[in-house]
Amino acid sequence: MSITINNLTAGYDRHPVVHHLSGSFADASLTAVAGPNGGGKSTLLKALVGFVPLMTGRIDFGGIKSDDIAYLPQQFEIDRTFTISVIDVVLLGNWSRTGAYKPMGKLHKKEALDALAEVDMAAFASRPVVSLSTGQWQRVLFARIIVQRARLILLDEPFAAIDGHTTLELMQQLKQWGRNGVTIICVMHDLNLVRSHFPQSLLLSRELIAWGSTADVLSEENLEAALERRGSWQESLERCEINGEERSA
Amino acid sequence: MKRALTGAVLVSCSSAPLGVFLVLRRMSLLGDIMAHAILPGVAAAFILFGMSIPVMSIGGLAAGLTVALLAGVVSRFTALREDASFAALYLIAVASGVLMISLHGTAQDLEDILFGDARLLDEQILSLMAVISGSTLLALLLIYRTLVVESFDPVFLRTVRGNGGVVHAVFITLTVLNMVANYRAMGTLMSAGLMLVPAIASQFWTQHLRSMLALAVALAVSGSMLGLILAFSCNLPSGPSIILILGGFYLFSLLFGRFGSVRARYFPFRHFSR
Repeated sequence: MSITINNLTAGYDRHPVVHHLSGSFADASLTAVAGPNGGGKSTLLKALVGFVPLMTGRIDFGGIKSDDIAYLPQQFEIDRTFTISVIDVVLLGNWSRTGAYKPMGKLHKKEALDALAEVDMAAFASRPVVSLSTGQWQRVLFARIIVQRARLILLDEPFAAIDGHTTLELMQQLKQWGRNGVTIICVMHDLNLVRSHFPQSLLLSRELIAWGSTADVLSEENLEAALERRGSWQESLERCEINGEERSA
Repeated sequence: MKRALTGAVLVSCSSAPLGVFLVLRRMSLLGDIMAHAILPGVAAAFILFGMSIPVMSIGGLAAGLTVALLAGVVSRFTALREDASFAALYLIAVASGVLMISLHGTAQDLEDILFGDARLLDEQILSLMAVISGSTLLALLLIYRTLVVESFDPVFLRTVRGNGGVVHAVFITLTVLNMVANYRAMGTLMSAGLMLVPAIASQFWTQHLRSMLALAVALAVSGSMLGLILAFSCNLPSGPSIILILGGFYLFSLLFGRFGSVRARYFPFRHFSR
């Protein structure tokens, strides 16, 4: 079941940051979303998870429900000094199954410990999170996603400010998810990582520049076009007259 | 005296956990503001209906909730920094409350309302305290998981479609309710103290939420009991006496606590081998 985007426009205060985007993410694909700053990459993810309303267009999730979606934003909104322990953070991944009230038992705890083991953080289970480094935090959040058992995982620059060793290990985790049939969409800044590990790419600079296999998408001309297309935020503009609806043949 | 001690224990049990969340969510100042906001509500009720505890409590509750709502609205819709708007609201609240009582009551009335007098706790107030304390603990148990997530990772809560807004509102209401419950013993000027100081002290001893909650309750209960004994034996107002004992706990924790204390900084224990 692929995820199809049809004529998607989204942004803030009537300014479109993603402008008439159409295309689809194949089932179990591993897609990197790349492009210049301000090009709409984070906004695309937020539109997929439902945090920003769509100005135009539709998203067809191909049967995936909102419970099946895991979203990892850029880290700064989490209070990393809160007095919670690592295992409690990971246990929260069970939310779609337990909700806010059902108690969690031994099975949940075991699954959480297994998830921590997969990211090499099992020894930290009962430690308070205040002692974690950025890389360790990211591993813990990955463990939470493992517990969520999502079918679609959206990550916004998960490897920013993370050391190379952790990056490679977490990248392996992404590939493992892909092999398990999970669709992954990942905003990336490091194009070398994209070329080495992501089979599919989407180059976005407000508008779609290219979408397809990474080798084709990340060509010199496409990258230049992306930078040119970026533009600047202008206060008074005309209303958009484009109707980007795809016509069926 | 027995009534006072019972009341103190009841109110400590429910106030302390709320205080822990207030402190962790960086809402200590807001908590203090809401406590002071109760004063004009209590004062207005006092003027209109005399020293009737139920009415004064309702007045206090209405005023506290109004200020909490106002503060939220003001900080969301104006460019003014949060602490500035809150400071203005709190000063207005205290000043108007004090003026109202000065105009219509005696100096003793003013002292009782501002600083509390645990000797005035009667059966009626005790029942009120018991109800508030019990329902607070019940509500906290219910909203615990959502409240924790809302406090430290609100984006995740939104992703899983949790009821962050509702829980936030419930939390604020419980806070104001508990301040109304304890203002008779503590006085309006210090009712936030019973909530906040034990929570702040507990932070020096543990980094686990559950332990923090338990320790805060223990400190609040013992502090309020010792404070009341002090107040009764030396004929002092109860609010300041309790706060002084709790303050002593805080200073001790600040100096000798396990985490983030003066001792930990200047006389640390040896580190582990790996």
